[in-house]
Amino acid sequence: MARFLLRRVGLALVTLLLLSMIIFLMANVLPGDVGRRILGPFADPRAVAALNHQLGVDRPLVIQYLSWLGGAVHGDFGRSLSFRAPVSDLLSRALVNSLKLAAVAFVMVVPLGILGGIVASLNRDKFLDRLISVTSLSGIAMPEFVTGIVLILLFGITLRIFPITATAPAGSGPLTQIYYLIMPSLPLVFVLFGYIARITRAGMNEALDADYTRTAYLKGLSRGMVIRRHVLRNALLPTVAVVATQTGYLIGGLVIIEFIFNYQGIGQLIFTAAQQKDFPLLQAGVLVVGIVYLTATLIADVLYSLLNPRIRYGGAE
Amino acid sequence: MSAVAVPIEAPDEGVQQRKTARRERYRQLLRSPTFIVGAFLVAIWVICAIGYTHLAPSDPFATEPLRRLRAPSSQHLFGTDRLGRDVLSRVITGARVILVVAPLATLIGTVAGTALGLVTGYFGGIVDDSLMRLVDAFLALPLVILGLLFLVALGPSTIAVILVIGIVFTPIIARTVRAAVLAERGQEYMQAAKLRQERAPYIMFVELLPNVLPSILVEFTVRLGYAIFAIVTLTFLGFGIQPPSPDWGLSIFDHYAFISGGFWWPVLFPALAIATLVVGVNLASDAISQAFER
Amino acid sequence: MSQTQAAVPPAVMAAERVLEVEDLHLSFRVRGSDRQAIHGVSFSIGRNESFGLVGESGCGKSTIALCAVRYLPRNARITEGSVRVAGRDLVTMSMPELRRMRSSAVSMVYQNAGAALNPSIRIGEQVAEVFRVGGASGSEATDRARGMLEKVRISDPGRVMHRFPHQLSGGMQQRVIIAMALAPNPQLLILDEPTTALDATVEAEVLDLIAALRREYGTTLLFISHNLGVVTRMCERVGVLYAGQLVEEGDTGTVFDDPRHPYTVGLLRCVPKWGSRKDAGLLDSIPGLPPPVGATTDHCVYADRCALAIDKCRQEYPPLFDVGPGHTSRCFRHEVARDLPRASAASLPGTGQVVASNGHALIELGNVSKTFRQEGQQIQGLVDVSLRIAPGEALGLVGESGSGKSTLAKVLLGLLEPDSGAQLEYQGKNLPVKVGGRGQEQIRAIQIVFQNPGASLNRRHSIRRIVGRAVTKLLGLIGRQREQRLIELARSVRLDRSVLDSRPEQLSGGLKQRVAIARAFAGDPRVVVCDEPTSALDVSVQAAILNLLVDLQRSKGVSYLFISHDLGVVRYLADRIAVLYLGRLLEVGDAETVFGGPHHPYTEALLSAAPILHGEPKTRIRLEGEVPSAANPPSGCVFHTRCPRFLGDICVNQEPPLAESEPGHLIRCHIPIDELRRLQRVGQPPAAQESPEGPAAAKA
Repeated sequence: MARFLLRRVGLALVTLLLLSMIIFLMANVLPGDVGRRILGPFADPRAVAALNHQLGVDRPLVIQYLSWLGGAVHGDFGRSLSFRAPVSDLLSRALVNSLKLAAVAFVMVVPLGILGGIVASLNRDKFLDRLISVTSLSGIAMPEFVTGIVLILLFGITLRIFPITATAPAGSGPLTQIYYLIMPSLPLVFVLFGYIARITRAGMNEALDADYTRTAYLKGLSRGMVIRRHVLRNALLPTVAVVATQTGYLIGGLVIIEFIFNYQGIGQLIFTAAQQKDFPLLQAGVLVVGIVYLTATLIADVLYSLLNPRIRYGGAE
Repeated sequence: MSAVAVPIEAPDEGVQQRKTARRERYRQLLRSPTFIVGAFLVAIWVICAIGYTHLAPSDPFATEPLRRLRAPSSQHLFGTDRLGRDVLSRVITGARVILVVAPLATLIGTVAGTALGLVTGYFGGIVDDSLMRLVDAFLALPLVILGLLFLVALGPSTIAVILVIGIVFTPIIARTVRAAVLAERGQEYMQAAKLRQERAPYIMFVELLPNVLPSILVEFTVRLGYAIFAIVTLTFLGFGIQPPSPDWGLSIFDHYAFISGGFWWPVLFPALAIATLVVGVNLASDAISQAFER
Repeated sequence: MSQTQAAVPPAVMAAERVLEVEDLHLSFRVRGSDRQAIHGVSFSIGRNESFGLVGESGCGKSTIALCAVRYLPRNARITEGSVRVAGRDLVTMSMPELRRMRSSAVSMVYQNAGAALNPSIRIGEQVAEVFRVGGASGSEATDRARGMLEKVRISDPGRVMHRFPHQLSGGMQQRVIIAMALAPNPQLLILDEPTTALDATVEAEVLDLIAALRREYGTTLLFISHNLGVVTRMCERVGVLYAGQLVEEGDTGTVFDDPRHPYTVGLLRCVPKWGSRKDAGLLDSIPGLPPPVGATTDHCVYADRCALAIDKCRQEYPPLFDVGPGHTSRCFRHEVARDLPRASAASLPGTGQVVASNGHALIELGNVSKTFRQEGQQIQGLVDVSLRIAPGEALGLVGESGSGKSTLAKVLLGLLEPDSGAQLEYQGKNLPVKVGGRGQEQIRAIQIVFQNPGASLNRRHSIRRIVGRAVTKLLGLIGRQREQRLIELARSVRLDRSVLDSRPEQLSGGLKQRVAIARAFAGDPRVVVCDEPTSALDVSVQAAILNLLVDLQRSKGVSYLFISHDLGVVRYLADRIAVLYLGRLLEVGDAETVFGGPHHPYTEALLSAAPILHGEPKTRIRLEGEVPSAANPPSGCVFHTRCPRFLGDICVNQEPPLAESEPGHLIRCHIPIDELRRLQRVGQPPAAQESPEGPAAAKA
């Protein structure tokens, strides 16, 4: 077990290192001349050179990467070009905001998705199952900005039930903040519902068809007992892993959500950095997104292995 | 050869039945309501993409400064946009953009991913291990953010979007193909090939490829949905297809600021177009994968 | 006990019949149309009786078993008839009643015990649940669960109760399932291929356990199996199922000794008689294939395959004929059924010993070891195995799962690299360990027929392409010459030429295996590895494939390395036998010498465990426990932990050499051969191993 955990953490670190390299290369090598890319084709070559020096991109690539990585380990991501402030300050503030939005979405979608999957599976091939399947397929496919815009048009502008911004007025209490976050989280809920419901349904179907479920029925247990005691336990295991994986998609969606609902989160920050070609901020923001994702999957894997006796208690004797 | 009267076995009734079971799969697909609805939605947009010159009521690029942001009317069923262009015509023509860009990007990713997946899956070892780590790293970033990073570095353009989506899909598709190859690699026909001293390219392309083709086809349709999703999103953020293209994502991006003023039509109609297309693709691909997994 | 029986009305207790299946019709709904799978099956089982249901795959045995607990696939529907357990019809029963029946009157044991146990619940809890359903309190249920595990001879039930299923071996898992099934003391116990997934020695033990418990509890059994030998051992009565119809029924002895349906006759002739060898003649086979599920006929369902069929058989549906006391047959020709003409030749022309052992070995394997590394552990797949195969000789490789049979085959083929130090020789010349390093002649000479013909043929290629590629690659033939060779090969494996243009998925298992054999013989091999070539096939098909292999051996003078878990098959086909246990060679010798004895105690146990259909009752030796882990093999003689003739410290501390105890017969045992001969000739099981009695005793 300890062996498994150690291996799992090690793998996550290797992946993280690779990820940092990919991000670094994309932000520093792909653009060619970084300073030229930022200042545009008509800028004075001396200004470009000066900017490159200021950014440190005139140094050898390996040195650049190592100094960036060294800084990142200590939480120092350099200074943002557009905000003229330390990247880490900007990021930490934005991250808190994003986590609030993500939390609201998660609290809504996880029970809903699991319930949807269970209901679909228990009504396999019947109307409810079809309905939930089509809803989830549509949800998965729908870009967040499409749902977001339709929601804004409907609830924000026509019906005026929800504010069209996610940012609550300064100094409002937690309830008001949640109220402002409900509509922005709905597009995320829509997308994630599909993933979670589908994987839950698949897990349920597999467990319902399993031989051990037959054993349970043939013991004389009632359907309710079989499902509660034998099916759910095994069916929900894979869902744990999926829920965590989906945080990645959740964060990807934040870029759009935060943009259309004008919310100061990490997605908005990354978007602004991209627009302003603020490479230090951009690469740091993207790295943080990667770290959040990797941490979530790591936690999910550990949780999964704790719940799964096959991993918890090695092999046969 | 000794002349023993061991009876000759030849195909018989059982053979015929198995033969039709294969055709049955396609028939089942064509009967599946999910597939019919999905294919119908996709077909509408494919028709628009092919016949846009005949279907669009007016020139999608013709600006009319005097008729800006007119609400839907009998003259302009979907209204006009901020430059006075007919929204309906732009929506119809926009189908062509996305239906060329998305499949092209997916195709690049599928071809490259298949090659990579075949090689790593077949040879295994260190190449395989490092590729899998690389895929993990790629997967740690949401598609949109990864695309954003690429496009900021490369500068936004249609070609760049196609390339970026293709590149990002490559390791992901490679992983699917690799998994299919690994499942096949344990099969005994692979050992039989080795016992004939077949060379690696023969084994990969003649023995393996036909057997992993269904997985690749399914993966292509699934990825196509993601490609549309990612492309319109990146375009909506201003990093994808550039003006004056009638692309749907771009139209929404262009007019997003106007919705609080009540000008909903230049945004809503492209949004609905996107919604119907992605739902259609997803429904169809789900039906296809179910038919092939059976 | 009183509690469980209270669930069934007292009136029923008097009923003679525990299970009555009457005119059962069942169909599956497949893609919108109904396919009938069971066509009016009727039979009944009396109290304390053990009834066997036999038949080949797809005949509907398991479906009938599931009907007896009314647990059917979602697309299955009983269209007609009744299934009464203890006098009460399950078909029309309400759900609560059905649950009560399942929790008290009828239980089931399944083929795949590992999958039948819930992977995330501890064993103790799963067994105790049965008692809790019956109304026992928590601690009482736990106590009774422990008692039940003791009953199924689990030595340390307290410890096992805290285990999860995946931590138990297959045999242990099946014991747990049996414990759960017998826990409510049911009147009817259904066993669906309960030992098919187990190794021979474990199978024998589990069968003994079932027989003993059945006697103790007075349980009525419905025993489903494809293995006629197992049914002979376990059942007093037997029903033969063919294409969803019961074609013959009667006392097991009567039916198997005096079969009155041509299908039963054919089936029995397909199984090699215990002790019979290929020299004595070919096996009989059944031509054709069973009808597909869903086919309906208004005449005898077997007429198309029956050599005795007359016009009446093709026009009318035969009723059940009484052919003896309690013996029925659904055949118009039941009186002449035993005169069924053979479907294949009785013998090959020019019989006689082909093995021309002129001293030169064709294949020489020297000191082959193979160590696998898995999660930091070293697993010894093979330890210092040396073997030779003479030209034209069939060497049978015998052993339980994990013994290293397939590993050895793969080393010979060059698909698995042995540890350094191994010497492989072909015709006296060095044989490179990797298949890639071998010369064209060596590649041609050594080929294989795999176990699973479905996986060994590329399903996307036509048969012409599959065999043709081998012809091109191995012989370098193209164009017309290639086509000629293809036709020649097809003829030699008795395949119609039209098969060449089909794809594997269009062929039955038997046909596919012929294609695989044709491919192996494409380059005129000198030695063909046959890795369980018939174990994925039904008996009737198995016979035809064995015949073909014998024929090819004779006509082409090829050698075989023949791997099988079925001792009857190995004995029939092999000229010499090698016995593997935990990667070590325990015994090698001529087939008759090894089987006739004296033999290694492990071989003795294997022989004793084999379920045989015909032949003399043997001494019964049961091995305790399971095969030890290859990662941590026992010290000294690896077999000492289970050896029925265990001597003492010498076995624990010292590994015996593989010594030539008599000419051409090597045994790895500390017991001298004369002592073994004395022990085994007496025919007595070792004193310490008092063996349980068979079903014959149970009946009395």
